[in-house]
Amino acid sequence: MNEINASILTLILLVPLAGAVLVALLPDRARLPNWIALLTSLVSFGLALHLPAHFILGRGGFQFEVNRAWIKNPAIFYHVGVDGLSLWLIVLAGLLAPIGIVASWNAIKERRKVFYSLFLVQQTAMFGVFISLDLMLYYGFWELSLVPMAILIAMYGRKDGPKAAIKFFLFTFIPSAPLLVAILWLYAQTGSFDFTTLQILIAHGNFPAGPLCWVAFAFLFAFAVKVPVFPLHGWVADTFSEAPVALAMVVAGKLGLYSMLRFHIGLFPVQARALAPWLIALAVIGILYGACLALVQRDFWRLMAFAALSHLSLITLAIYGLTITGWDGAVYQILSHGVVDGALFLLLGFLYDHYATSQINAYGGLASRLPRTATLFVIASLAMIGLPILSGFVGEFLILSSTFIGVSKGWAIAATLGVILGAAYMLWLVQRIFYGPQSDLTKSRPADDLHFGELAILWPLAVLMLVMGVAPSIWLQAIEKGVHPPPLTTLSIGPAAVSAPSINTSLPAEVQR
Amino acid sequence: MNPVPDIFRILPEVVLTLTGVAVMLMDASLAPGFPRRYLGWMAAIGTTLALWASLWQLSLPVGTGFYSTVETSPFTVFFHVLICGIVLVALLLSLDTLPEDSHHQGEYYALIVFGAVGMCLLTGAVELLLVFIALEISSIATYVLAGYRKDTARGPEAAIKYFLLGSFATGFLLYGVALIFGATGTTQIYEIAHLAPTAENHGLVLAALALMLVGILFKVSAAPFHVWTPDVYEGSPTPVVALMSTAPKAAAFALLLRVVYEMFPSLHSVWSPMLWVIAVLSMTVGNLAALRQQNVKRMLAYSSIAHAGYLLAAFAGLGSSGIAAASFYTAAYAAMNVGIFAVITLVSGYEEKRPMVEDFRGLVYRSPLLGSLLIFFLVSLVGIPFTGGFFGKFYSFSAAIGGGAVWLAIIGLLNSGLAAAYYLRLALTAAQRKAGNSPEDAVLAPQVGAAVAAALAMAVAATLVLGIVPNEVLRAAEAAAHTLQAPPPQAIIQGGVPGTQQIP
Repeated sequence: MNEINASILTLILLVPLAGAVLVALLPDRARLPNWIALLTSLVSFGLALHLPAHFILGRGGFQFEVNRAWIKNPAIFYHVGVDGLSLWLIVLAGLLAPIGIVASWNAIKERRKVFYSLFLVQQTAMFGVFISLDLMLYYGFWELSLVPMAILIAMYGRKDGPKAAIKFFLFTFIPSAPLLVAILWLYAQTGSFDFTTLQILIAHGNFPAGPLCWVAFAFLFAFAVKVPVFPLHGWVADTFSEAPVALAMVVAGKLGLYSMLRFHIGLFPVQARALAPWLIALAVIGILYGACLALVQRDFWRLMAFAALSHLSLITLAIYGLTITGWDGAVYQILSHGVVDGALFLLLGFLYDHYATSQINAYGGLASRLPRTATLFVIASLAMIGLPILSGFVGEFLILSSTFIGVSKGWAIAATLGVILGAAYMLWLVQRIFYGPQSDLTKSRPADDLHFGELAILWPLAVLMLVMGVAPSIWLQAIEKGVHPPPLTTLSIGPAAVSAPSINTSLPAEVQR
Repeated sequence: MNPVPDIFRILPEVVLTLTGVAVMLMDASLAPGFPRRYLGWMAAIGTTLALWASLWQLSLPVGTGFYSTVETSPFTVFFHVLICGIVLVALLLSLDTLPEDSHHQGEYYALIVFGAVGMCLLTGAVELLLVFIALEISSIATYVLAGYRKDTARGPEAAIKYFLLGSFATGFLLYGVALIFGATGTTQIYEIAHLAPTAENHGLVLAALALMLVGILFKVSAAPFHVWTPDVYEGSPTPVVALMSTAPKAAAFALLLRVVYEMFPSLHSVWSPMLWVIAVLSMTVGNLAALRQQNVKRMLAYSSIAHAGYLLAAFAGLGSSGIAAASFYTAAYAAMNVGIFAVITLVSGYEEKRPMVEDFRGLVYRSPLLGSLLIFFLVSLVGIPFTGGFFGKFYSFSAAIGGGAVWLAIIGLLNSGLAAAYYLRLALTAAQRKAGNSPEDAVLAPQVGAAVAAALAMAVAATLVLGIVPNEVLRAAEAAAHTLQAPPPQAIIQGGVPGTQQIP
């Protein structure tokens, strides 16, 4: 078992890549690429499930670690590992892959080879981001994830793919330039790209303060665009309305939010604390702004885009509230948002395939014709809104209560208002699509409800939403170990810790307490 | 220890010269109807032999031959191998794309090989007069090749433009050589390195440095000496552009490294800010101009100006880290640029009936292989990780940051974000289906022959190796960096072997 534990992360990385190569090499015949991609993604999901099964809860720090020299000079290591923070995010990424493939099953009609092989490359890059503990390795996967995404948006966009793709690519690529400079600067100062080493060195304050501020800001900026945080969300609406369903599920949120927690707050607690009030304000603006814009959208992809902005801003609020409860809630909400969004996108993609429009007012009265679709859509919407006993509630509750207690009552009230608006636009969407009189469009197509393949994915997801709503401790146990205690307490006693002579023994205990 | 016979010091050049002469003579003596393609294969074999000969030179002790005019060291071997590799790929590319009935095919191959002689010699020369001769050998071959398509209007225009501006730049270089001779009384690079700091007329030395830099920066097409690049690239046959956008530049960068790091290390405070400014200018001018281009070759011409800028950023690095980074970037840039020009040759055809970005629309559908290769090389030019382009930029900018030029790195990386826009435009156009399915599409699907396939495979392999397992190349670049410094004075008087000096 030890050998498996030692190589499991490498396997998780390599399986989708091998699948991608296989898809690219085999002929593009009938649905062969679909099946290979589906099998590959199921295998990698199975491998991802190995992680929580063998994760030792009591132990802090990284598990399943591999640390091998990759490039000698500069010293880049193949350093991967998992802790409570990334554990379930990896599983989520593994879960969304087969969902994405099922969602594309009928939607992607041509060039299946290209689609599925790039989709699997994208999957590798996502796993890579979640497990990398060497900054260069991390940066490599971070950038790599952009390319398949941009190409797929351009090739399979609904109306104006290339424009959306270039917008997406530039929006996310240009901010990573300062990120790379920041990483290189850290390397020039320390001679290390290693996450844990840098964490210790930075905590001991051996750096000039001014440049370090800029370095931290460069990290934050790159992540904030990717999330997106309020004024940097220009790419989201176009990308969501153009991207194939399978990619829209993964494009926003997870990578950026995880990176904020791990690499911004994890490496630069002091600088993060200094900027936190600004980010909280931007996050609350984002919550309200996203919700208001979602209310007035006529196109359901754009509605989902602004809904995502609103929800992701809520998670950003929790992250920069800098409370442990908030971080628990943030990670939990990322998981829940991933699952719920996956289900909603699958359903909307299904509608789009059948009715070939994303204009909300073209629909109406679908519930009587497609009862199964309607049922599942309502369940997912309720989970998104945060109805108690469904998954969205736990995260929202943790986030809002921690903001109320730990940050400020005013912001918490404003954020809650955003959540109420969220209920409004989601329920209104449900009402406009599924209820009311049947529209001409609805009548014009035969009632062709969800089939076995989709149901086999969607019902388990619905059950998962329920389980996440009633038994959050299954997930929270690991998450609590993973999110570090507020670094400010560590650092307020920083000078004392610095005076301790042995760096290597004193600080990790401090950080992971 | 046994002295190394002088001839071994220039073995690759000798092999290449013999190949070139043989190709030229056979071309003249063969019957007119006889297919000339075999001459191309001959040239390719000769180049491969020269490549092996350069690798063999690694077993020689580091030192000079022919009265301290030619050096062999890991530095020269690194660039020899690089240049021979590029020339080999360009030859293979030409084999399949040059029309069978085109006139003077034999000359074409001979000129490429002679050009390679000049470039190889340029990287090994440590005597400024030899530098000048080598530069002329390589330049004249390229001038002729640039005008090889005589029947088009653009071909001769490109050649004349290149020739006039190029000889002007060489004039600057020669004038610089004359001034430094006036200041120090020698043209041997090691001796200049020792004499220059104490030269009486310091102004003369500075003027010499400036003039020589102008000459060399013209050759690497750095802004503001770049105006010839787009016109020449547009007018020259694409296989020749694949060659001349990489090999002569590699040689010129080797010369630049030699001049600034080996000849004038004492003037670091003078040339370092100059190159800083030129690096920033090159990347910005190159990228901004490339954004507006509709012709693919012009776009890539401006992109090559930008890449010269990224490469010059490495010169902000301290000592050997900068040299290693610049050497590595040269290799990475050569691999991906040769590759993309190879793809473009196949898509646009030798006659270039389809040179615009729009003509690439739907390439992925017409020819999945070429389409994906085009996207692959573009991704590498953008600088996405796990490709050579990324590590090239990475080493270049980390050298710059190591040398304290943080702003240069920031400007450079923002520039590479800007560059992504036009690379991506081409890539996405290729990935997009044509609006109407014109019937000629099936006919237009480009054919990939065996020689071109080998050339493409080499370029892809090099780009991937440099991006995923760069350790070996990096070690070679570092070894090269460490040998690039003038030996102490005694060794020169011995006419001999830097690093292994003996007391008489």
